[in-house]
Amino acid sequence: MDSSSFLSQFIQQMINGISLGSIYALIALGYTMVYGILKLINFAHGDIYMLGAYAGFFAAAVLRLSFLPSLLFAMLAAALAGMVIERLAYRPLRRAPRITALITAIGVSFFLDYTLILFVSPQPRTFPAIFESEIYRFYGIIINSQQILIFAVSLLLMAFLTYIVQHTKVGKAMRAVSYDTDTARLMGVNVDKVISWTFALGSALAAAAGVLVGIYYNSIDPLMGMMPGIKAFVAAVLGGIGIIPGAMAGGLILGVVEAMASGFLSSTFRDAVAFSILILILLFKPSGLLGKNTREKV
Amino acid sequence: MNKTRKNDLIMFFCGAVVFLLLHALMETEIIGPFWQLNIILACINIILAVSLNLINGFTGQFSIGHAGFMAIGAYVSAIMTVKQGLPFIIAILAAFIAAAALGFVIGVPTLRLSGDYLAIATLGLSEIIRVCILNTPYVGGASGFMGIPHLTNFPWAFGLMFLTVYLIKNIVNSAHGRALIAVRENELAAETMGIDAAKYKTLAFTIGAGFAGLGGALFSHYFYLAHPSSFTFMRSFDILTMVVLGGLGSISGSIIGAVILVFVSAALADFPEWRMIIYAVTLIVLMIFRPQGLLGNKELSEKMLGLLRKGGIRRDAA
Repeated sequence: MDSSSFLSQFIQQMINGISLGSIYALIALGYTMVYGILKLINFAHGDIYMLGAYAGFFAAAVLRLSFLPSLLFAMLAAALAGMVIERLAYRPLRRAPRITALITAIGVSFFLDYTLILFVSPQPRTFPAIFESEIYRFYGIIINSQQILIFAVSLLLMAFLTYIVQHTKVGKAMRAVSYDTDTARLMGVNVDKVISWTFALGSALAAAAGVLVGIYYNSIDPLMGMMPGIKAFVAAVLGGIGIIPGAMAGGLILGVVEAMASGFLSSTFRDAVAFSILILILLFKPSGLLGKNTREKV
Repeated sequence: MNKTRKNDLIMFFCGAVVFLLLHALMETEIIGPFWQLNIILACINIILAVSLNLINGFTGQFSIGHAGFMAIGAYVSAIMTVKQGLPFIIAILAAFIAAAALGFVIGVPTLRLSGDYLAIATLGLSEIIRVCILNTPYVGGASGFMGIPHLTNFPWAFGLMFLTVYLIKNIVNSAHGRALIAVRENELAAETMGIDAAKYKTLAFTIGAGFAGLGGALFSHYFYLAHPSSFTFMRSFDILTMVVLGGLGSISGSIIGAVILVFVSAALADFPEWRMIIYAVTLIVLMIFRPQGLLGNKELSEKMLGLLRKGGIRRDAA
């Protein structure tokens, strides 16, 4: 491989990685927000992403909506689903040991997957082409209009989320609850409501990711959420769990590294690379790239 | 006779009775091939559940990567019997040693983590193991390791299951086992009392991994095939569910959990689409209403045995 083709391959994978990473980042945000507040690894989050993709599919294929209404429909549906799940499955376990909640989350994840399989069959579906695919070429580098769309929508949603968290009352309450739940409650914050909101926001972002993936790959299936769900968790840990900019950075880094691994090594090693990163991060900087080191003191 | 020896004898006696009963029923074909398969599957799952319980229940280290060690056992034993032509017993030993060795290598660095982080790290490691197997043409890669002889039969499965339960029970009841439980209850306090927490956590992880390898060896030699898709994190969650259903920190609980799940799956075999849904709902409902599992961290003791299953005849002294 001479240097110019290496360079173009590198840039190409960088572009693929950024669009993949934006997806991870969107899902990771939901993980990180829920973890920040409840200290719960919400294993069902990947399945919310899948639900979102199906809601988008329903809006686009059955209701014949165009791109933007479909996206909003999916986000709304997933937000609702997230809130319902929190209310029914997680709220009764607020005071339970964390492992109990983790196992419940696994249960919820299976429940969503297989209920959907029951209703829509396990076969993959073709996602309607609601966003035109155009291919741009620059010096041998291929950029797809859908990749640009993914990046733009993700960026917009992240900006929106940052605005909500930093500049609105709900966001302030979310930060307060995540900092210290009991004190926040003493200050008159309605903790249950804030947690509901957190789930709604996180789920909406995951649903957006689901719709974008549906458009990009043209195909969705009921088990599509498993791997990306876990990968997004890796992204959240990579950036520092509980930290919102961390989830964004972690998602992008993971996406780029994965794309590089499948471009330069072999696509089958992609998953192994992601998990190796996870383990290295956990061993050497468990608080994540953007996290502060907190040593447990005796 | 001291209490431990007496309990051991009771256990051997009960094991022998159950074994002979089931074996006779199988030989006379009262238990047909379908249930025979499920009984062997239950034995394998008991091995996996009890060994995971040693890590998760007794030592309090939350691992969800058991499928990875199971895969190592399945593949190493298959290499031994298929490629090297060695007898099954050697293959089983090799599976145990390989999985335990890997458990040790993985355990030393990762057991520094705790709680959720350890859970996700073990999950990641088992996926790494799987991806590595997937990319090794020597063991069949993505199409799986085929042509494994059908060497697992009921006596093997039951015998190894019994051995596993017996050994793990004795580990838990030994001074080492007490150390493990101390680490679970409070790592810091245990260290203050002179227990080398890191050493004991690694010990539990290594032994647990070894037995998972054993389960894997039985598994691949029963189904003629070792396929990477059999060892995904779904498998780890399966085993975890058995342990949690029975009760973390209860060996008899894990046995019951494994048996219940195998037979529930078998009973629902005609409704595959409902199986996983019921399974998931059970898990959620159980966590909300009885998070400690069926038995909590208690064992089926002689006192409870008077009311429950096997060996109800013996109600002495206690």
